[in-house]
Amino acid sequence: MKAWLPLLLRLALVVLLLAFITSPGWFEPLLKPLTENNAPAIYNQGSLLTLTLLHLRTVLIATVAATIVAVALAILVTRPAGAEFLPLSRSLVNIGQTFPPVAVLALAVPAVGFGEKPTLIALFLYGLLPIFENALTGLTTLPANVVEAARGAGMTGWQRLTKVELPLSAPIILGGIRLSVVISLATATIGSTVAARTLGEVIIAGLLSNNLAFILQGGLIVAALAVLIYDGLSAVERYAARRMGREAE
Amino acid sequence: MTLRFDKLGVVIAVITAYAAFLAPFATFRANRIVPGQARSIIDALPATTGALLLAVIVAAALIALFRTPLLLRLAASVVALAALALLIGVAGTFLTPAGNTFARVSPASGFWILIFAFTLLLADVLTRLNLSPWARVGVLAAAAVAIGLLLMSGSWNDLSILKEYANRADSFWAEGSKHVTLALGSLFAAVVVGLPLGILCHRVEALRAGVLNVLNIIQTIPSIALFGLLIAPLGWVAIHVPGAAALGIRGIGTAPAFVALFLYSLLPVVANTVVGLAGVPRAANDAARGMGMTDRQRLFGVEFPLAFPVILTGIRIVLVQNIGLATIAALIGGGGFGVFVFQGVGQTAMDLVLLGALPTVALAFAAAIILDAVIELTATRRRVETS
Repeated sequence: MKAWLPLLLRLALVVLLLAFITSPGWFEPLLKPLTENNAPAIYNQGSLLTLTLLHLRTVLIATVAATIVAVALAILVTRPAGAEFLPLSRSLVNIGQTFPPVAVLALAVPAVGFGEKPTLIALFLYGLLPIFENALTGLTTLPANVVEAARGAGMTGWQRLTKVELPLSAPIILGGIRLSVVISLATATIGSTVAARTLGEVIIAGLLSNNLAFILQGGLIVAALAVLIYDGLSAVERYAARRMGREAE
Repeated sequence: MTLRFDKLGVVIAVITAYAAFLAPFATFRANRIVPGQARSIIDALPATTGALLLAVIVAAALIALFRTPLLLRLAASVVALAALALLIGVAGTFLTPAGNTFARVSPASGFWILIFAFTLLLADVLTRLNLSPWARVGVLAAAAVAIGLLLMSGSWNDLSILKEYANRADSFWAEGSKHVTLALGSLFAAVVVGLPLGILCHRVEALRAGVLNVLNIIQTIPSIALFGLLIAPLGWVAIHVPGAAALGIRGIGTAPAFVALFLYSLLPVVANTVVGLAGVPRAANDAARGMGMTDRQRLFGVEFPLAFPVILTGIRIVLVQNIGLATIAALIGGGGFGVFVFQGVGQTAMDLVLLGALPTVALAFAAAIILDAVIELTATRRRVETS
């Protein structure tokens, strides 16, 4: 019984989330008590489904770009040719983490204008850090005997990288991507302060018109997405770790 | 002596060449919101000064480009940064027509890229010098004093960001102290609640997963939503709990921002307390038990001191995160530097955005450096004591 309960809960959450974003009208009676002066209980300046998809698209683009750049950088600084950059890149990552997302977002506006672009830049920069950090950990803590064996087997540097080092560090890199996605999902809502079309629009509309129902539905959709994606990526990570465990034996 | 290229130096030299010769150094605008006109270094400064700045930049870039002694690189980056900082102020005075109070001069992309390039060089030198924690705090203090002196000398007064400041000097410090109070106060509350909660989670295994899961889920709620959601319950408390309103608890404003920051801060504090306590070597615990220490003595005498660096790491995460998140408090009337950021975004006045964003970044940065130094100090002390 214990084994299927979490699965059932997640399934219920998926169904509830899908139902809510496709036909929010069903839930109106639930949210109505939160509104005042007969204000609408369901966001009415755009479809929740479209906003959810746009939200996810923004996060996806930023995460894919961040993953490619972060992993490439981590590979670069762990090769002998780039080893010089390793200490500096560590301090840069440390410094980068201190930049507040709102500041990054607001400062990107003069460079690229309002809308989705500053949000993408902020999410990209913010997403880089956890992925880079984890990729670095993964690539620098490989079991020495495995790397030696690969070298001994006559593999070239490229073969070692693609067949040994990257697959072995995949679970740790995935952990970084998971962290990055969850942060991005929440941060993307702030993008709506500079006119990006994300679920933040719903929350901000609620803040501006003092409508608690809007704030709640926007916040809950993002939180549900984050929980589900976090869980999904954790499962992928466990699968990758298991596979690596088997192959390493 | 043969000269060899420094790999990072090549990157810095390329960025510097672009920024110094192709990108605009300063932007001139007839008033605060019209689009600006770009000015290069030569146009933005009096003739000899401009040539001097270019010479300094080229010399510093050359020192970076080749493998040179660390101290020379340190001097080059500091001199270049100081020259840039001084001369952007000169550019402000030079470009503003005499007596014109509407004209605005702000640093343009070239200036920022140059600052970035030489900060990169400085960061590289400082990383390679492997400074002790005290020395790092010292460098931070020196930088803060230098910036403070520049601000007080008035040499930046013709720059747009300081004109925005001059218009809001009173509210700037008021919002600043609100920002710091929010960030530090919520951290303090989170430590007061989080430490005992973490110890409890460590001792009572049944509680651990549940508490951490709840705190994890709170983290997934977007900050602007959490801030908003707290408006209603706090509004209710203000009306129905006697004395609450007198304490300053209200639906909008500082109270919901404080509670939201507090809730976000709990997870790192509790989680790191649990991890830190779990990492206490069994041998240390057994020895303490063997000596006849009570549970309480063991907690305060052995476990807690050993777990302290890990707990401090959690506090560092919280403080840096809170300083950043406190900007969002402005959206619900909670004040803080975010007020200027969002006003600036609303008026498309980017210098106003900078007026809010730069102090926030500086605060977060300083907090990170100071706490990193403290963590390193406690961790090394621990090692010395236990070895």
